[in-house]
Amino acid sequence: MSQPSALVIAAPGTNRDIAAARALEAAGAQTRITQVAELLLHPELIDTAQVILIAGGFSHADALGAGRVLALELTHGNGGRVGEALRHHVDRRRPLLGICNGFQVLTRMGLLEGALAHNESGEFACGWVDLEIPQSNCVWTTGLQEPLTCVIAHGEGRYVHADPADLMQRQQVALRYGGANPNGSLLSIAGVTDPTGVVLGMMPHPEDHYLARQHPQGVTRSHVQDRTGLALFRAGLEYARGL
Amino acid sequence: MTQVWRLTVTAIDIDPRNQTARAAAHLGGFTELTDLQCQDIYFCQGALSEKDQQKIHDLLVDPLLNTGTWELPSEPAIEIALLPGVADRAAHTLLEACRVLDLPVTATATGRRIQLGCDLVPDRIAKLASRVLANPVIERWSAGNIEPAFLSTESVAPQNSATPVERIRFRDLDAAELQQVNQQRSLHLDTAELARLQEHYRDLDREPTDAELEMFAQTWSEHCSHKTFRATLISPDGSRSDSLLHQLRQCTEQINAAYVQSAFVGNAGIISFVPGISLALKAETHNHPSAVEPFGGSNTGVGGVVRDILGSRHIPVALTDILCFGPPDVDGATLPEATLHPQRIRDGVVAGVADYGNKIGVPTVAGAVLFDEGYTLNPLVFCGCIGIGNETAVGEPLPGDRVVVIGGRTGRDGVRGATFSSAAMDASTGHVAGARVQIGDPIIAKLLIDLLGDAELIYRSITDCGAGGLSSAVGEMADGVGADVELLLAPVKYPGLEPWEIWLSEAQERMVLAVDPADMATLEKVCARHGVEWADLGTFTGDQRLIVRYATTPIVDLDLDLLHRGRPNREMLLHRPTPDRSQDAAQISMTPDEIRGTLLDLLSHINLCSRLPIIRRYDHEVRGATAVRPYHHVPGAPLTTAGPNDAAVISEPTDRHGFGIGLGVNPWFGLHDPEAMGWAVVDEAVRNVVAVGVDPDQMALLDNFSWADPKDPEVLGALAASVTGCCQAASAFQAPFVSGKDSLNNTHIDADGIQRGVPPTLVITAVGHINDVARTCQAALRAPGNLLLLTGRTLPEWAGSHLQMIRPDFWAQSGRVGVVPQPDLDAPQRYRQIHAAIAQGLVESCHDLSEGGLGPAVAEMMISGGLGVKITDLSGLGPNTADTDLITALFSESVGRHLLEVTPQNLTAVTDLLGSQMQVIGHVSADTQLSILDHQPISLADLSAAHHQQTLATHTAVGLT
Repeated sequence: MSQPSALVIAAPGTNRDIAAARALEAAGAQTRITQVAELLLHPELIDTAQVILIAGGFSHADALGAGRVLALELTHGNGGRVGEALRHHVDRRRPLLGICNGFQVLTRMGLLEGALAHNESGEFACGWVDLEIPQSNCVWTTGLQEPLTCVIAHGEGRYVHADPADLMQRQQVALRYGGANPNGSLLSIAGVTDPTGVVLGMMPHPEDHYLARQHPQGVTRSHVQDRTGLALFRAGLEYARGL
Repeated sequence: MTQVWRLTVTAIDIDPRNQTARAAAHLGGFTELTDLQCQDIYFCQGALSEKDQQKIHDLLVDPLLNTGTWELPSEPAIEIALLPGVADRAAHTLLEACRVLDLPVTATATGRRIQLGCDLVPDRIAKLASRVLANPVIERWSAGNIEPAFLSTESVAPQNSATPVERIRFRDLDAAELQQVNQQRSLHLDTAELARLQEHYRDLDREPTDAELEMFAQTWSEHCSHKTFRATLISPDGSRSDSLLHQLRQCTEQINAAYVQSAFVGNAGIISFVPGISLALKAETHNHPSAVEPFGGSNTGVGGVVRDILGSRHIPVALTDILCFGPPDVDGATLPEATLHPQRIRDGVVAGVADYGNKIGVPTVAGAVLFDEGYTLNPLVFCGCIGIGNETAVGEPLPGDRVVVIGGRTGRDGVRGATFSSAAMDASTGHVAGARVQIGDPIIAKLLIDLLGDAELIYRSITDCGAGGLSSAVGEMADGVGADVELLLAPVKYPGLEPWEIWLSEAQERMVLAVDPADMATLEKVCARHGVEWADLGTFTGDQRLIVRYATTPIVDLDLDLLHRGRPNREMLLHRPTPDRSQDAAQISMTPDEIRGTLLDLLSHINLCSRLPIIRRYDHEVRGATAVRPYHHVPGAPLTTAGPNDAAVISEPTDRHGFGIGLGVNPWFGLHDPEAMGWAVVDEAVRNVVAVGVDPDQMALLDNFSWADPKDPEVLGALAASVTGCCQAASAFQAPFVSGKDSLNNTHIDADGIQRGVPPTLVITAVGHINDVARTCQAALRAPGNLLLLTGRTLPEWAGSHLQMIRPDFWAQSGRVGVVPQPDLDAPQRYRQIHAAIAQGLVESCHDLSEGGLGPAVAEMMISGGLGVKITDLSGLGPNTADTDLITALFSESVGRHLLEVTPQNLTAVTDLLGSQMQVIGHVSADTQLSILDHQPISLADLSAAHHQQTLATHTAVGLT
């Protein structure tokens, strides 16, 4: 099977770029991590990647709000070339995934609808959640079995949208929290996709559960392989292969 | 005058900070404030067009989340901004963002605004601002609109000080005059030390410089040189004994464990359980800073210990934190002026730990939170870090190597005695204040971690800039080789620093490297890749001298031998405690209803209840290598089904092996019998890691002492007794100490001159090897029908127990509370057998017995397992007794005990291993009830509700999330 090329975008403060690259590789991609400073000098890196992932963490310390400055750099930096390249990537229907901070960046760039506000509790929350997978056209969740079990680790993960029911109707809600809503997101939305289905933004971290043993009870007991985050990365790569 | 623009941003729907602000105001006695509204303020200086303004507005305001206005708000409000000189990450980032947008912004500043919703009289406003909403240590405030203090865009070149060096008259001073200099410069040196220095400068035939004196004061400080732990101890009968440090070291040497690579030298202890892989262990305290500025104190506490690990050539992979606070229900009116409320300290400290750990991407996986009145005025913050390396030693600089500083810039941060008034400063003067506590910048620490983890980076030696800043870092590295450095080359945050301030500054996130000149080009390239600033300050010379220059003028010219080995050793008087260990406890009894009530009271006690509200604020999953979490929770299940695990396990996702991290601490035992406490906390830390599957023959310990004033012989006696106890335990368990730290003088003197010290607090961290992480245990019960085995012996030892704490009435009449749990000499061998059982896969779940004893331990296993327990036999739990009374069985805190869940099929195999060291006390049931003998069962729902009561979930630390 061919190895699609994947690019992981990181910025100062990104802390799950290595985990994301590891998960993509386990799913069969050839992966490169690029720092935004390097990417701004080499926008062509975008064009060479079949799959792009904006990794989680605290880009620029989230000092002006989560993901805002990285979104600004990607949109306006170097004359806007990276922003153009990313939009072109999506126009070519190549998969783009934003996890956590990456999700926040994608909403700020206008590549996904809605916004992410401070958790209802006002606090960072870390733990494990089960995710439901509503009917959607998202290429990243095609064929996945419920529930997808993931880590959450965020302070600004409350999904806000002017008309979430309509978004649901348009089948752009790709992931929802099963059980308790950990952050107050509207309709328990954990991830959304764009009208084409190639862009996915999600607050939970499938890359922290790419192996069954990373599950909280996984190290001593075997768990169903399909429930790991690896399935999500595989689905995205599979779609990229078919292009 | 350039134009200043101000944007005020308000959340549209929920701003969770409003709730926090209201809670804080109510805690501070401002119950009339029911409608506080938090807002953010951004200032930009420059000639901005309308279009430019729109761009800034679009950056800072998301139409779905907030609204922004350029109008100056006029409602009653308090506005708060950081003091100049305190790192303002948001202002810095805003400036960067304006550059990306190509806007003509020359300076930026930020602030926050809290709209009061009603009018307050001026002195109420002042109290609200200074005591509740702002922290004057790092912030200034204004009733109404605050003036910005701009972060300048101009490149900051150090100013050439006209008089870089001040000579201090010293040689011909008499004793009284020496004391005067000592006090004026806050040197905190004692008479013998001052005399030694005077003798030295008389020999040199010159006066010391200001920088030299400051450097001696730092290097010879209690904090840096551990005078008490190195002191010769004198008993009341005049007999002398070895220093406490010597005792700890000797203990490690006698154990002589092959896996210890480095103990008690350098920044951290180094061990290796797997060839080619080493672990660096270190724990630090940051008590005084956290009392003054809780967020910044704990934030930089984490930052400091992370640098210790980096300075040992290891990359941080796990963090620990042990926090000791006053009870949250303390009446604020009883607190001395300028003392923060314990609840506010707690919330600020937790936020500070979370902020740093989460942002550097290192999981916070183990910890403890203790509440006691003894910590109300003296909170304690222990921060630990474990790093992974490849067995490369730190190395020594060679003559000719470059002295390179990397990371953050140097400011006036943490320079001792630096007190500046905010009113006197504005942007135009270029004066910048420093605060006693600096808020760290975890993003720079993250970049340093990435840089130092980059295999391409080559350096000869490394150390961190901690206490004493460059002076201690370069001073230590230069020991044995010598160095010549130029301070003008050090990157500074702002102009106006005195040379000695640059040399002594404790600005965060800096490391010093020794680099072969041939490797400088690589250093430059790798630093550029990671966006880390660096500067070449000078040379390691080879002439054994330390010369520090400012614009080529020497401000320090020192003999390093005197600095590092010249301090006269102290002799200190101690009076060891003599606890009565012969006392039998009075027998107590309870009705079944009282037993139920006591169990629920213990489970909901603030020292035993669920730590989930705090743990969940720490990212304990980042890196994907957390194999056993601080608590057990099944994804998707309600959080009320979560229960604590005994220790954390870290294992890289593709490794079979891993290591466990466990903690032991019990100040309440220490109040009665510090020696027994020393044993008990080592036992607890070891017991915890054994419970998750660590091999007890492959572990190492860290010791961290936080004590009151050691000049009091009773206090020093208790400290010495605890060292004796923990050394005895370490020897018995064959677990060597590899690093430690003491924090003394944790006392508060009130207006009446009454001195209050902290309870004797020894924190032991145990880190041990796990051969196969598939053979680890958690504390959640697994299946009905399995048997519950209690190991060890249970005795009526109530002194310092939590039962004594919640039911002192039991012993009020007799006064016979008995002893603090005494050492169980069979525990080391028993732990090996328990480990053998776990390693053979014979144990389904395992939990240690600690605060509250068996009752709470069983309940916790039920809560996380979602199953019931029938306790059927509690007789004969003592060593030689046929009968154990029920209260002792359920609530004794005797050390050395575990509770194991074993399938009926495996019982024989486990019995073969443990023999008489265990007893079957009952079994797991499917009925979600706890049945104790023939008593009315207690429902799992009641146990869970008690354990998950929400005492720890209120928040009062305003402005810090």
